[in-house]
Amino acid sequence: MVTEALNDGDRRNFLIKLTSVVGGAGVAATCVPFVASMNPSSDVLAKAETEVDLTNITPGGMHTVAWQGKPVFILHRTPEQIKASTESNGGLQPEADSNRVQKPEWLVVIGVCTHMGCVPNKEGPGWECHCHGSQYDDSGRVIRGPAPKNLEVPPYRFVADNKIVIGKA
Amino acid sequence: MPHRIINWIDQRFPLTSFVKHELTGYPTPRNLSYWWNFGFLAGFVLMLQVATGIFLAMHYKADVALSFDSIQHIMRDVNYGWLLRYLHSTGASAFFFVIFIHMARTLYYGSYRAPRELLWWTGQGLLLLLMGTAFMGYLLPWGQMSFWGATVITNLFRATPFIGDEVVIWLRGDYTVGDATLTRFFALHYLFPFLIIGAVIVHLVALHTVKSSNPSGINLQDKDNIPFHPYFTIKDLYGLGLFLMLYSVFVFFMPDSLIEPANNIPANPMVTPNHIVPEWYFLPFYAILRSVPNMVGGVVAMGVSVLIFAFMPYLDRSRIPGGAHYRPMFRGLFYFFAIDMGVLGYIGYIPPTDQSILIGQVATFIYFTLFLLLPFLSKFEERWLMKRGLTPEIEALIASEAKEISEKRSKR
Repeated sequence: MVTEALNDGDRRNFLIKLTSVVGGAGVAATCVPFVASMNPSSDVLAKAETEVDLTNITPGGMHTVAWQGKPVFILHRTPEQIKASTESNGGLQPEADSNRVQKPEWLVVIGVCTHMGCVPNKEGPGWECHCHGSQYDDSGRVIRGPAPKNLEVPPYRFVADNKIVIGKA
Repeated sequence: MPHRIINWIDQRFPLTSFVKHELTGYPTPRNLSYWWNFGFLAGFVLMLQVATGIFLAMHYKADVALSFDSIQHIMRDVNYGWLLRYLHSTGASAFFFVIFIHMARTLYYGSYRAPRELLWWTGQGLLLLLMGTAFMGYLLPWGQMSFWGATVITNLFRATPFIGDEVVIWLRGDYTVGDATLTRFFALHYLFPFLIIGAVIVHLVALHTVKSSNPSGINLQDKDNIPFHPYFTIKDLYGLGLFLMLYSVFVFFMPDSLIEPANNIPANPMVTPNHIVPEWYFLPFYAILRSVPNMVGGVVAMGVSVLIFAFMPYLDRSRIPGGAHYRPMFRGLFYFFAIDMGVLGYIGYIPPTDQSILIGQVATFIYFTLFLLLPFLSKFEERWLMKRGLTPEIEALIASEAKEISEKRSKR
C-alpha cells in the first residue's frame, strides 16, 4: 500500500504542484504588508480637509492654500473673467464653466499641472505652467498642451457665505 | 610561512587559481586602446561614491524639517564635510560621464554583437540602476530642484494604465512629495549601490566568459592576448591618473558648476521655480519627454529612448567586423547620433519656446529614426562593402578568425 503510493507519479506531481501553489500564495501574501507600508500613513490621511476664509480675497485676486500638501488656487473672479469663462468651453478638454464652479465668482481648482505636477503661475488671463509650457484659462481649463486635462476641481462646500471647506463636497 | 598559509587556503578555497585566471593572468587583447579604460573607471567611481556616501550618511538627516540644514551642517561644521559632499556630488556627474563614454565605445566598436549580448544587457540594467540611484540621491538635499525634480519624475508613473494616480501616491507615500518620500528615497539610495555592485559582478562574470572585445572587432587568437597584469593594470592606472586630474578640477575649483543654483533654496511645495531642469546627464531624455505633445506618449518615448539600446545586437545586422572602424556608413550614423544627443541635451536645458519645441521634435524624430534605419542600412552597407571588396587587412582578420574557430572545433 505504502509502496504503491510512493510509485504513483501522478500523485507526486499533484502534490508538488499543490505545494508550489500554496508556497507561492504565501510569498504573495507576505508581500502585502510591505507594499501597503509604502501607501500614505494615517497621519498623512488625517490632513484631508482644509478650511478657508474667503473675506480677504478681493475681486480679481487669487489665494493659494495648501490642501493635502497640494496648492489649491482660489480665484475671486471679476464679472469680465466670468463672462470670458462662460463664453467658451475651454480647449483640449471642453467643459462648461458652470460645471466647474459652485458660485460663478469663486473658482476653486487644484494648482497642480495635470501634465507633470508643477504649480502653474497666474499670468495674464489664466495660468501658465513654466515646466513644459501648458496654459489654462480663468476656469482652469487647459487651452495649450502638453497637459492633457483641465485643472482638477477639488471636492469642497460652502459652510458660510465667505467660508469653504476643501476635502468634502 | 606565507607560502604555507596560501597552501592551506588553496586546499579549501580556489584563491591562487582565481587570482591567476581572473585577475593577473586574465588574457586580454593586446590591441586595446584607451577607450577600453572606462569600464575600470566606472568601477573606480562606484567605489568612490559608496565610500563618500557612507560617510555623508553619518551626518545627513532624512527629514523634511532637517535635511536642507543638515547639508549646510555638512558643508560648514563637519570636518572635511565639504570635501566629502563635493566628491560625492561631482562623482555622480563623473559616473555618468565615464558610463556614457563606455557605452559610446561599445556602440562605435560594435562590442554589443554576438556573443556579447548578455554583457550589453547587464550593462543596460546597470545604467537603469545608476539612473534610479542618481535620481533618488538628488532629492536628499531637499532644495527646490530636488523637490520639483522628484515631483515631475514620480508623476511620470501617472501614465500607468488604470491605476496611475494610485501608483504615484504609493510611490510618494503622500499626496505630494513629502517626508515619507524623502525617507524612502534615502533608504533606497543607500540600498541601490549594493544592487549595482551585485550587478557589476554579473557584468564581470559575463565579460570573463566572452572576454573583452577589441578594436579589430573579431575574436583574437590566443597569441594576441596578453596577461592583464602588468600590462593593463598599468594602463588602467595611467588612465585613472588622467581621470583624477579632470575630476579634481571640478571638485576643487568648480564644484558648484554641476549644481543648479535653485537647489540652494529649500523645497517649497507651493511654488515651482520658473525654469526647472534635470541634471545634465538626464537632459537628452528629458528633451524627448517634452517633445511629445501627448503626456502618455512622452513618457513612453522617454522610456523607449533609454531601453532601445538593448535591441542593438538585433538592429545591427552587418557581419563586417570592427564596428564603425571598418564601416563608413555606420560611422556616419554614430557621429550623427552623437550630435543629435548633443542637440537634445541643449533643447532639454533651455526653457520651452515654440522654436525650441520644434527643434526638439525634429531631434527626437531623428533619434528614433536612426535606430529604425539601422537594420536596413547595416545590411545594405555589408553588401556594398563586400561588392567593393574588403581591404586585405579585414580579409586577413576574418580568415584568421575562421581558422581559429575551425582549429578549436577539430580539437574537440
